Amino acid sequence: MMNQTLIDVQKLTIAYGDFVLLKDVSFQVKQGDIFIIMGGSGCGKSSLLRVLTGLTPASGGKAFVAGVDMVSASAAQKDVVMRRCGILYQSGALFSSMTVADNIALPLRQYTDYSDKMIRELVALKLALVGLAGFQDFYPSELSGGMKKRAGLARALALDPEIVYFDEPSAGLDPISSKLLDDLILDINQSLGTTIVIVTHELSSIFAIGRDSVFLDATKRSVGARGNPTELLKNPPNKTVYEFLTRGHTDAKGTK
Amino acid sequence: MGFALQQNGQKMTLSISGEFVRYQDPAETDRLIRHIKKSNPKALVLTDAGIGRWDSSLLVVLYQIVRMARLAEIPVQKQTLPEGLQRLIDLAFSVDRKPSRPNPARLGFISYIGDVGIRAMNSVRRGLDFCRQICISMGRFVCGKAVLRPIDFWFALDDCAPKAVGIVSLISFMVGLILAFVGAIQLKSFGAQIYVASLVTIGMTRIMGAIMVGVIMAGRTGASFAATIGTMQVNEELDALQTMGISRTDFLVLPRVLALVLAMPVLAMLADIMGMLGGAAVGIFMLGISPPEYIHYSIEAFNLTNFFVGVFHGFVFGIVIALCGCYFGIHCGRNADSVGVATTKAVVYAIVWMIIMTGLITLMCEVLDI
Repeated sequence: MMNQTLIDVQKLTIAYGDFVLLKDVSFQVKQGDIFIIMGGSGCGKSSLLRVLTGLTPASGGKAFVAGVDMVSASAAQKDVVMRRCGILYQSGALFSSMTVADNIALPLRQYTDYSDKMIRELVALKLALVGLAGFQDFYPSELSGGMKKRAGLARALALDPEIVYFDEPSAGLDPISSKLLDDLILDINQSLGTTIVIVTHELSSIFAIGRDSVFLDATKRSVGARGNPTELLKNPPNKTVYEFLTRGHTDAKGTK
Repeated sequence: MGFALQQNGQKMTLSISGEFVRYQDPAETDRLIRHIKKSNPKALVLTDAGIGRWDSSLLVVLYQIVRMARLAEIPVQKQTLPEGLQRLIDLAFSVDRKPSRPNPARLGFISYIGDVGIRAMNSVRRGLDFCRQICISMGRFVCGKAVLRPIDFWFALDDCAPKAVGIVSLISFMVGLILAFVGAIQLKSFGAQIYVASLVTIGMTRIMGAIMVGVIMAGRTGASFAATIGTMQVNEELDALQTMGISRTDFLVLPRVLALVLAMPVLAMLADIMGMLGGAAVGIFMLGISPPEYIHYSIEAFNLTNFFVGVFHGFVFGIVIALCGCYFGIHCGRNADSVGVATTKAVVYAIVWMIIMTGLITLMCEVLDI
């Protein structure tokens, strides 16, 4: 069922002690969408992602992921939701003591009753999908930064998740690797219908693959804008959004 | 639900129908692959004969079949498959390169022995070089030229001394207690249980106090030094220091060595006192020795030479623990695993070197008649 709301964030507040990082954040992500959470450094993008993935508690509001409120859910409920999600961390977050194959096989062994042969073939397939066919026996330390990310993506895709979160996927990648990763994200989205949520401030990726977005304003500590990134660039709602989307250009358009 | 193979002349058609969610039947896949391989058709057509919901478990079957077909140079037609499946099959074969990695050469027995020898020599050389750098840093520190932040020294000292008092006191008290218990069993049979006081006093002040502190601090502080500096290596902080031209030994090792060298003799003294208190608890409350009598025998057995030998042990152990912790931290690899390895090595080597140093000090005391 496409166009059904899969993530629904309502008046979410994230605070560390007395310091309020984000307040009254609300947005929805539709099933099968590619959704961008963008904003300048320190605006709370990664903290928001941590709340959505149940790693950090929020101070108020609600964050429904696949119908479960990640703010008030029990640890067991969060586990059930997170089994339907995959996450690609900035560095790939591969376990250094395991081979690439073992990294990808870990969730398959944990949560499925697939035979060893099936798991081996699934690992080979996932690696082939991310362009790393034949790298099963390599250790993470033998891979480049871009390869680690792709292997991390293969692990994130292991259980055919409904939602895949990406934390700064292009960070530290050269433009070609970054473009390849963007293409891969598009392919996965179009082929499997996977909902993609990306935390980034890389403009090239935002415009290349983003269909919907939320802009977090570090000054307001809340949502600065909502909508398709290209549309936001054409009709920026305020100067901050315009400056962000044009890498700091300031002309009359932004003051609209 | 399933797969049906049909041969039409030179062409072979694989019709796929049904739902494929968490599907697995490796035997069926093998059978299909064998059959196609055996028939060796001029073309293989993959047809959608009513595919319902599917996930990677279907894709993995098709991936294996297409992989085999490519190896056997059989052209594959998949135009009737669902678009997503087609795209994913194409994606899986879009990068066609063989991964390569350096192949470690296989060594013969003689070469292996030589390799081990060379590695051992390099390791000794690295260790000596590290000690040389520490001596140079110490010299710079004495001349007031070392790049050392006082806050780092105070932080390390706080970690080595006040924060270790609790655990050192507890363990030393228990060791004194155990020493007294074990001694009392034998001494009681001669009616000489009063000498428990002498046994504990001499044992704790001469060596046991320092050894116990050494073991505790190797596990506590030595491991912490290795883990902290090792993590800095993983985060490229050590590279940053080097490129800024700041000596790693001045900046990281010196404050830790100084702090531990100062803290260890004090902790050894504390361990002596706590051990004697532990012995007194057994002597007074379990063996029925009166407190003045116990104190009298303890003072009689107390010897300043033994006490200072114990404190000297503490001083040497401080150097050993700090050097092992910092050395393995600095020579740590660049991943999470390496930090664990560095920490383990720091503790093991510190304990081994402490035992070696104890042997050397004992020998030295023997020669000097101390």
